[in-house]
Amino acid sequence: MSMSGARPLNPGRWLGVPMLLTIGATILFAAPIRIWGLQLPEPVFAMVPAFAWAMIRPSILAPFAILILGLFLDIFWGGPTGLWGLSLLVAYAMVLVLRNMMTGQSRPMMWAWFAGVTAVAMTGGFLFTMLDSLAMPSLLAVFWQFLVTALLFPFAHRLVDRFEDADVRFR
Amino acid sequence: MPFREGPLGDLKVPLTWTAAVALIVAAVIAVAFLLADRRETLQEQAYGVTRQTVDTVAKPVSGAIAAPGRWTGLGLDYVRSYFFTASENRRLKTELAEMRQWRDRALALQDTNDRYKSLLGLRTDPPIPMASARVVSDSRGPFANTRLADAGSERGIQVGNPVLNERGLVGRIVGVAQGASRVLLLTDIASRTPVMIDRTNARAILTGDGGPNPKLEYLRGVDPIQQGDRVVTSGDGGVVPRGLPVGAAVKGLDGRWRVVLFADQAAIDYVRILLFKDFAQLADQKQLEAKTLPPVTTEDPQTSILSAPPPPATPPATPPAATATAPAAGTAQPKPPAAKPAAPKPATATPAPTGAPR
Repeated sequence: MSMSGARPLNPGRWLGVPMLLTIGATILFAAPIRIWGLQLPEPVFAMVPAFAWAMIRPSILAPFAILILGLFLDIFWGGPTGLWGLSLLVAYAMVLVLRNMMTGQSRPMMWAWFAGVTAVAMTGGFLFTMLDSLAMPSLLAVFWQFLVTALLFPFAHRLVDRFEDADVRFR
Repeated sequence: MPFREGPLGDLKVPLTWTAAVALIVAAVIAVAFLLADRRETLQEQAYGVTRQTVDTVAKPVSGAIAAPGRWTGLGLDYVRSYFFTASENRRLKTELAEMRQWRDRALALQDTNDRYKSLLGLRTDPPIPMASARVVSDSRGPFANTRLADAGSERGIQVGNPVLNERGLVGRIVGVAQGASRVLLLTDIASRTPVMIDRTNARAILTGDGGPNPKLEYLRGVDPIQQGDRVVTSGDGGVVPRGLPVGAAVKGLDGRWRVVLFADQAAIDYVRILLFKDFAQLADQKQLEAKTLPPVTTEDPQTSILSAPPPPATPPATPPAATATAPAAGTAQPKPPAAKPAAPKPATATPAPTGAPR
């Protein structure tokens, strides 16, 4: 295979920038703001890169970037260390395995895939929390977080669109 | 030497496989972190340096992000108060009239209570010192419910201190850094708080599950609870003081008793951290530190159980106080003759000054 079409991605652009944006959005949505008694939602912004990075191309750096994002979420949110790292990696692995099926599908279908992968990450978080804390988290609270995270698909779509064709070896 | 020119230059490993290996390694690291985590123990040692550092860094960042929201809220309050002054005034007058009756009743009850206390000789707990703090960040997910407050070890805050807002108990401190402390909310899945039903004194454990209304577990007794019962802390186990307001009991959709938290009725932007560690701090430590041992006597009032048995070679005429033990106060032991310089000195907690200078 000729390498002439290969244009390696700059890790700083496709991994670093989304990572910083994810961290920034997470900190922003952790602000203790209440409007008429209602709090801000708490979506898992890290699901966006976890989905998009696996869709763009297989990578050695991406799993570690996801691990760092997950550890940041755990420490910043005050949860058990490793919980979100593991949950996001499970979602990433699922997309990596199924990416041949997902690529090239319509936008609504991709949205459905994103919601499915988010559901897998949330289920992972639910089970790991049960094992770690020996208690069952509220299903309703898990569902709300799943719902607001599934709404983040446009960001994932934009990230995939931006870098999907950057390296033709993985089209 | 560039990698391509080296002996491994022609080695070609499929990227998919190396990516899979990287994924497995990352997952193993995540599992190791999860297994090593001791967050649920809520101990001071479990809150590592990494978390303390992140909290210290996150405090000013989150504080700056939260500031516009706080200002907007203050502005909205100002505008609302401007437009709704008349109706607010009417509501407050009605409330004041109602509160006057409560004030009279409270004064009468206070008087009765004081009399009962003096009759029974009750000692109530002394007031506990507090530190005020502002909440700068807030996590509300199903797996972690914590808040970051902008006061830390420099204000004397310690792991385990209870946290309240103006309505009721919010949670407790699980991590302290310089200038910031992490509050574990009552709704967190790792939160367990001993509570009681105010009406019946029935005990229960308030257990968080990530939802807005924590569960009441291990409820004991016959018909211990009714809808709307007030739930307060029981003080059992010494984790939190007794009687802090927690919430009202409701029956959840799943048929379990839950608590609507009083603290949720107001914004938790400012909190009070009770500098309460355990019940030991409520006691008068100086009084507890005994300077002298109390007298311990046996059936024979002439001898103390602390006394060593007299040596067999000693003639029976030797007085028992010749041994090197403390003569117990109140026992009728004969004093050694003061004029005898060779007699061993009795060992007391406050030794008497020696008479002759050397």
